[in-house]
Amino acid sequence: MKPNMKNDLSGADEAVPWFKKIRWDWTMLVLIIPVSVTLSLVFPDRGKQVAGISLDFLLEMIYILPAVLVLMGLFAVWVSKDVVARHLGAESGIKGMLLSMALGALPTGPLYIAFPMGAMLIKKGARIANVMAFLSAWACIKIPQELVELQFMGWRFAAARLVLTIFLIIVMCLSAEFIYKRLSQKETVE
Amino acid sequence: MSQTAIVINSLVGLALLLSLMKSRKKTMRGLKIAWKATGKMLPAVLFVTVAIGLFLGFVSPSLIASVLGRSSGVLGVAVAALLGSVLLIPAILAFPMGASLLQSGASVMSVAAFITTLTMVGFMFIPIEVRELGKRFTAIRNGLSLVVAIIIAVLMGLIL
Repeated sequence: MKPNMKNDLSGADEAVPWFKKIRWDWTMLVLIIPVSVTLSLVFPDRGKQVAGISLDFLLEMIYILPAVLVLMGLFAVWVSKDVVARHLGAESGIKGMLLSMALGALPTGPLYIAFPMGAMLIKKGARIANVMAFLSAWACIKIPQELVELQFMGWRFAAARLVLTIFLIIVMCLSAEFIYKRLSQKETVE
Repeated sequence: MSQTAIVINSLVGLALLLSLMKSRKKTMRGLKIAWKATGKMLPAVLFVTVAIGLFLGFVSPSLIASVLGRSSGVLGVAVAALLGSVLLIPAILAFPMGASLLQSGASVMSVAAFITTLTMVGFMFIPIEVRELGKRFTAIRNGLSLVVAIIIAVLMGLIL
């Protein structure tokens, strides 16, 4: 596993400093709950809204997340490393990048469900730049989204934004991969 | 349940059925992986849920519109980019909002910055992204996305 993937610290040994032993996600969860309860009690009107919005979002997650995780599990057992590495790996070139963006642009759910998929792709040997392209396309060039943009913002605005976005995402993903590799190398040298 | 959720669930259900027919053992292994991933993601997901409720409950859309509508120039772009990064508004709602912002006097540049950061940069999702892809990946992706979003906004302001 890559060094950056070591965020599961269940097997941490004694040499690890104390702040790395803390599970930050649990800590933040434990901290935010009293904050939101207090604020909601002080401002009961807003509190109702907070509860409503949180509940809506929780329901949305419950509807989508299990399906996505099951899909991920199936992907893990059925799709071989070879296939991913061949189409999205280091040698895949511009084709791999365009394929990643096309996959990301398909009409699917919100961004947070793309993160486990991205992690899976990296594990299976996809290139960092391609996973970045997949996530960026997922975030901002969804097909249904473009149609709404066209309707409300007009074709000039929508077209200019689309072209600039695709071009800059490619540049961004390549630089992101460069920085990522540089930082990873530094860490292994130290 | 939204349409997207129905489509995703039926597709995954179909995939699960096919997988079960092909190999029961492999399917069970896949489900086990999914179960483990659920446990790992849970705290981050719950945190994000509460954070979103807290944020959107206290910051109303009309407040956002008034802040963005009034400011212009460099400050407008900066405020728009910041709001877009932190807020979580579905894109489908962001475009009508962008259109009304333009009408109420916001510049193309700040509206483009708002829409682009809204879709590309998700500060609210950082806990989930870190959990899944690591701190380094998350920092680089969000940082560069913010820069790219601002470049897109400035270029659009110059072109249009």
